[in-house]
Amino acid sequence: MIRSVPKKIGQIKFGLISPREFRKMSVTRVITADTYDDDGFPIEMGLMDTRLGVIDPGLRCKTCGQRAGECPGHFGHIELVAPVIHIGFAKLIRKILRAVCRSCGRLLLTETEKERYLDEIRTNLKIGNSIDDVVNTVFKEARKTKKCPYCDEEQIDIKFEKPTTYYEDKHKLMPADIRDLLEKIPDEDVEVMGMDPVSARPEWTVLTVLPVPPVTMRPSITLESGQRSEDDITHKLVDIIRINQRFQENREAGAPQLIIEDLWELLQYHVTTFIDNAVSGVPPARHRSGRPLKTLSQRLKGKEGRFRGSLSGKRVNFSARTVISPDPNLSICEVGVPEEIAKELTITMNVTRHNINEAKEYVARGPSNHPGANYVVRGDGRRVKVTESNAPELVEAIETGWKVERHLKDGDIVLFNRQPSLHRMSIMAHEVKVLPDKTFRLNPAACPPYNADFDGDEMNLHVPQTEEARAEAKILMHVEHNILSPRFGGPIIGGIHDHISGLYLLTHKDKKIYKPEALELLKKSRVKELMEPAGYENGMPYWNGKQIFSMILPEGLHLTFQAEMCEHCEECKREGCERDAYVVIEDGILKNGSIDVKAIGSFKSKILDKIYKEYGEERARMFIDDATRLGIRAIMRMGFSFGINDEDVSSEADVRIGEAIYEAEERVRKLIMAYNAGELEQLPGRSMDETLEMNILQELGRARDAAGEIAGRNLGLENSAVIMAQSGARGSMLNLTQMAGCVGQQAVRGERIRRGYAGRTLPHFEVGDLGADARGFVKSSYKKGLSPTEYFFHAIGGREGLVDTAVRTSQSGYLQRRMVNALQDLEVQYDGTVRDTRGMIVQFMYGEDGLDPMKGDFGTRESIRSIINTVVAKRESR
Amino acid sequence: MVPCHEILDEEEVKSLLERYGIEKEQLPKIKVKDPVIKEIKAQVGDVIKITRKSATAGEANIYRLVIG
Ligand SMILES: [Mg+2]
Ligand SMILES: [Zn+2]
Ligand SMILES: [Zn+2]
Ligand SMILES: [Zn+2]
Repeated sequence: MIRSVPKKIGQIKFGLISPREFRKMSVTRVITADTYDDDGFPIEMGLMDTRLGVIDPGLRCKTCGQRAGECPGHFGHIELVAPVIHIGFAKLIRKILRAVCRSCGRLLLTETEKERYLDEIRTNLKIGNSIDDVVNTVFKEARKTKKCPYCDEEQIDIKFEKPTTYYEDKHKLMPADIRDLLEKIPDEDVEVMGMDPVSARPEWTVLTVLPVPPVTMRPSITLESGQRSEDDITHKLVDIIRINQRFQENREAGAPQLIIEDLWELLQYHVTTFIDNAVSGVPPARHRSGRPLKTLSQRLKGKEGRFRGSLSGKRVNFSARTVISPDPNLSICEVGVPEEIAKELTITMNVTRHNINEAKEYVARGPSNHPGANYVVRGDGRRVKVTESNAPELVEAIETGWKVERHLKDGDIVLFNRQPSLHRMSIMAHEVKVLPDKTFRLNPAACPPYNADFDGDEMNLHVPQTEEARAEAKILMHVEHNILSPRFGGPIIGGIHDHISGLYLLTHKDKKIYKPEALELLKKSRVKELMEPAGYENGMPYWNGKQIFSMILPEGLHLTFQAEMCEHCEECKREGCERDAYVVIEDGILKNGSIDVKAIGSFKSKILDKIYKEYGEERARMFIDDATRLGIRAIMRMGFSFGINDEDVSSEADVRIGEAIYEAEERVRKLIMAYNAGELEQLPGRSMDETLEMNILQELGRARDAAGEIAGRNLGLENSAVIMAQSGARGSMLNLTQMAGCVGQQAVRGERIRRGYAGRTLPHFEVGDLGADARGFVKSSYKKGLSPTEYFFHAIGGREGLVDTAVRTSQSGYLQRRMVNALQDLEVQYDGTVRDTRGMIVQFMYGEDGLDPMKGDFGTRESIRSIINTVVAKRESR
Repeated sequence: MVPCHEILDEEEVKSLLERYGIEKEQLPKIKVKDPVIKEIKAQVGDVIKITRKSATAGEANIYRLVIG
């Protein structure tokens, strides 16, 4: 079924406006460049003529009789003394000039050819195809003709000089000549060139009349000093009129051709910049202050232009923006709002007999005490500002049917957003928590969906104004509802950084925790009773970390998986794993394994995924809140820090690293010697040079890994960086390797660094040196410090990364824009098909399998397996 | 490489359109001059059934209307 639209647009036709039409739609000719007289009244036939519309509040429009604000404004016109090229059509004019006879103006093709092309154009138009290809061949073929088939005139090639000059050999063509020639082109030929002679005659691309936009689209503003400041467009029109007048005077006085041509060029310049002030080859017209003028094109084009800036994107009321900062004590679905902002943003309450007392309380507190009110709307619709002085009076007057615009308060639903809004989790509904100070507060666990951090990021907040909007926000956009990402079907909200380190420290291996500590750890969670202790020591009960964590797990949860730190041994030792990497949860008790990213981290959390799908979104949210709080408490209790000396390796390990690297360098030297002697074994499909490079790269890569291995083992499993890397909280073993072991090979485009001086990278090396250190191998660690040459190579490699990210973000941003534009109106229908707004089918079954990626295990359709596992586990435990 | 393309007979077309509650024009299109259409000698106005491998569903059917 194709949906019907109230009014259907039949067609839109674009064309050129003829001089006659310009004059017809004009309400006055503008002849003087002056705007206002000494009394500040608009001058007649000036640029601010009241027939063009009015902007001053007291005046009435002479054309339609309406006041400022009601009158839409009306066009005027300027009669140009001499024609000028319209800059937007300069290229088209060039094409036409090259395709028509310089004498009779006919298209340089034979009648039969014309007929054939015209036929092709008409069929293409009928079936709605583009005619660009046909038209381009017409122009190309016509240009090849050297002698007019109609009047035998020899053709001279037209040279075009940007932006608006045309030459015939050395002779310059004036716009008037061009216009005369274009006029000669017969209507039939215009059609062959792909234009409609009724709505777009070629000569209309050369302007003889210039429309003067209504005053309403170029209002002047009165500065505080009382001085008027005119719009850029008005400034430009003033320039045009002045030159136009001078031109006329000079011509009437019979000035020499040279002067006339100069003035003509100047007129052309002003009209060009009036239309577009950013044409290449034309110096932009500037304001007195040196700022380039914003003329017609600049108003429309680009990000801040009318289309992208005013029509596709708008600014809104009931919104706030400020810096964000973390607050792990908030729930993930809360947002901390500064009191200052809460007092500015309001929600309209309809006063009923149920809430009249509450409403009175708000009004009584006035606008400056938090939760107060800023305005009341009386029964008759009058808005009254609440002030300290009229508050008591208003409280008495309030009755049902009034409206009270009260401050934002705890529990209100608001939308929270961070740009770039790339997916639906970029805007989520949070519950307000009004807090002191000036930043929005956000639980760090809610950062991944926004991709936010706290290095100065700002976020926006919007307050829905109707019950419907609030209900919709709560049901569809609530944070709880967005824990799972539709992209991969796993939880996108979850523990990060210290949450993971903390829970890892708590649950890894066995740790004895006595009652006071246990209570402190669980103080902020919903747990009210401790479970049976693991044992007693000196008569005192103690628990282990796994038990503490178990207390926040829901009852009846069954789950087994391998933790992030699992080394994927040939044969998994399961419960016997000496790294404690085999996680077993039975009936909500963590029996074995350590908690790390795989368990509670965002993007990867198995536990969260399971809880969400089996216990619902609210339980999942509670678990995240509990787990993150527990994690934070655990890490604070145990203490966790990282300093520069945590990168220190023992002198013995240092020697071993040095040896490993020396040996690798030695092997590289041997490789180079073999290469020079021509004894290197060539790899299949590679040249000798490539073979050498690959071997060296491999050798040095291995050396770095070896150094990292030695360093990592020397630092030990107790090292903070090692803990973070192993648990997946932050950083990787590679980062550690580079800090403590060896930074490794620096690369540009995947190759060793070779650019710089002729035959060498730096003057420190001999020409042709292929050795490790001459080609960007950094053998130092960050802790040890880089040598000057290493430092330089590192800067080269680092720069490439920087450029890459910059290019990638801009490219993927543009790709995203185009994708969204193409896909935004597609919809999955109840029958599983994907259709656009016209009902055209795009996919017969959504994703070809009709599955919602959010509903399966991490996007797979293997939910059935997890159900079986659960049932089996339950039976076993019984 | 090229998945299986077949022309649907009138009955099949009718039931297809009925199944989705659509007009022929709402189907995705394919041009007559497409090599595969030339190969199976389909005419403008025919409906083609394409059976191709799918990463998600194993095998998927897509229908296209042949246009000029
Ligand atoms: Mg940031
Ligand atoms: Zn008016
Ligand atoms: Zn001619
Ligand atoms: Zn293992």
